[in-house]
Amino acid sequence: MQSFTVHTGIVASLPRENVDTDQIIPKQFLKRIERTGYGNVLFFDWRYDKEGKPDATFPLNEPQYCGATILLAGKNFGCGSSREHAVWALRDYGFRAIIAPSFADIFANNCVKNGVLTVALRPPEIAQLLARDAAGLYRLKIDLERRQVSWNGGFQAHFDIDPFSRSLLLEGLDEIGTTLKREAEIEKYEQRRQAGL
Amino acid sequence: MKHMTARTLFDQIWDRHAVCTGPEGSSILYIDLHLVHEVTSPQAFEGLRQANRKVRRTDLTFATLDHNIPTTGDRMLLEDALARTQVEALRKNCRDFGVPLFDLDAPEQGIVHVIGPELGLTQPGATIVCGDSHTSTHGAFGALAFGIGTSEVEHVLATQCLVQKKPKSMLVRFTGLTGAGVTAKDLILALIAQIGIDGATGHVIEYAGEAIRALSMEARMTVCNMSIEGGARAGMIAPDQTTFDYLKGRRFAPQGEAWENAQRQWSTLKSDAAAKFDSTVEINAAQIAPFVTWGTNPGMAAPVTGEVPDPDQGANASERNGMARALEYMGLSAHTRIEDISVDRVFIGSCTNARLEDIRSAARVVKGYRISKGVQGMIVPGSQQVKREAEKEGLHRIFTDAGFEWRESGCSMCLGMNADRLKPGERCASTSNRNFEGRQGAGGRTHLVSPAMAAAAAVAGRFVDVRKWHYKD
Repeated sequence: MQSFTVHTGIVASLPRENVDTDQIIPKQFLKRIERTGYGNVLFFDWRYDKEGKPDATFPLNEPQYCGATILLAGKNFGCGSSREHAVWALRDYGFRAIIAPSFADIFANNCVKNGVLTVALRPPEIAQLLARDAAGLYRLKIDLERRQVSWNGGFQAHFDIDPFSRSLLLEGLDEIGTTLKREAEIEKYEQRRQAGL
Repeated sequence: MKHMTARTLFDQIWDRHAVCTGPEGSSILYIDLHLVHEVTSPQAFEGLRQANRKVRRTDLTFATLDHNIPTTGDRMLLEDALARTQVEALRKNCRDFGVPLFDLDAPEQGIVHVIGPELGLTQPGATIVCGDSHTSTHGAFGALAFGIGTSEVEHVLATQCLVQKKPKSMLVRFTGLTGAGVTAKDLILALIAQIGIDGATGHVIEYAGEAIRALSMEARMTVCNMSIEGGARAGMIAPDQTTFDYLKGRRFAPQGEAWENAQRQWSTLKSDAAAKFDSTVEINAAQIAPFVTWGTNPGMAAPVTGEVPDPDQGANASERNGMARALEYMGLSAHTRIEDISVDRVFIGSCTNARLEDIRSAARVVKGYRISKGVQGMIVPGSQQVKREAEKEGLHRIFTDAGFEWRESGCSMCLGMNADRLKPGERCASTSNRNFEGRQGAGGRTHLVSPAMAAAAAVAGRFVDVRKWHYKD
């Protein structure tokens, strides 16, 4: 897994609440059996019109967001279906981090497993970022080690993240490999259960 | 001494399954049952292959085909090439790794959350996961059951464990009893309308109270199924005699002396009287009317006696925007009476509402009537077993006589991964769980309701209050 330490990138704003994973990647793209190649269908129904051309009214299609690697969104981002394809699509499109007031549980879990950082900021901080967005293109620096989001002009916000997710991301660990190192304990547990204890 | 403090049912199951503490305050949690389907598993099996790993417990892992499969015709043919690739991948993965599969021609085939309980795989006190958010369904048996992503599917396949941070707990108590015509679907829609679709994020819900105790197992599954629509990690109900009566004699349930022992142990599974929950919600079930969603998430719902709300009444700018967007998508205007909304399609199916009781309840409404002119209705039983049992009771005839299509089992138009989809602009009364934009087909408009309400809408051509229905039985 790709690790996440410090990242600086262009921020794209999608100021909508409750963006569900059906919007992030619609069902017709869940039939593939690969983990990659989903970037061009991210937000498919919002991003393209009926003729398949980019819909100019969809924020992500704005030229200023070209090359964005950080997504700023409304609360409860990623709710609904557990489809990890949603994270694969965001990652393949180029997003390394998502900032929102809150995230749905399964989606946030899926992000961690794919080296994508979810940053929960307080509503006033989100409002500050949206105001900054209105003034034109900007970049943010996200420092996971220090749990800080900042830009040169002075904005600085601290975010909480559970220590487990943080260490997974910082080290880019193979989580399965780590658990398999505890195999002896798992076996002991299975024996205990087998014995009805 | 251990466990001096009062514990919730969730605490008890969690403690019993904590193999050891994991890194950084997490726990390594043992998984008793892992259910697998074709859409969220291929990348997980591929990961195992690449790392040269095996499935640790093939005896605790069961696979079925449900999400992308057709509900008509010769299903083994599978004309959709992409779907076929995915189905064939699951067959090969199950063969290569030794996982049992209920294939398309198997008598056990069905929606993963319908067949788990039906076969007695779902049991009280167990930890159950599946790469599907509606895994919360199995909590109806007093199990800790939750949906996971594909990376976690791979983790469970390889280790039979998950590394988890313990969620918080929430008690939802439904006091009083529901009135006639008000179902489990209405209880859960009313709850979500009250707490919001992120109201239970980060929490495991325990449902309690008189109205919950009075529910059948199938109805309890409907409630727990939609826990995720309130953002909850899981939903659960303490097991009781209703649970034991449902499970007894089922294929994978303990038999004989083992059954007696199991039942004795399961009877102890309940929250201690003094157990503390991180939050509590209380709702009077007696005041709940049948619910209909009007918007593009399950929290946007109103009683059938109500009307579509005015976005101007939203609490803040972003909620007002969300409501206005939803009404535009749904082609509805504020203050429209719910009973004035007409429908083009009716879908009775899904892991929420496609069990035998659901089919019976819809059939009772439909009996002696014909579907409204111009409305297309389809019944998709949750499993082959549900289909067989319904047919034994002659329910399929009631539906086909009324003009409904009677289909094979699968997820079908709940998510429209197969050919069962709404056309743009079509409006559907659906017994499924999500009314997200495009969920049932790009541009489709979904209203979530109970099976009885959906059946009544099919006959009337619009939403009607099923409490006033004239039954012809």
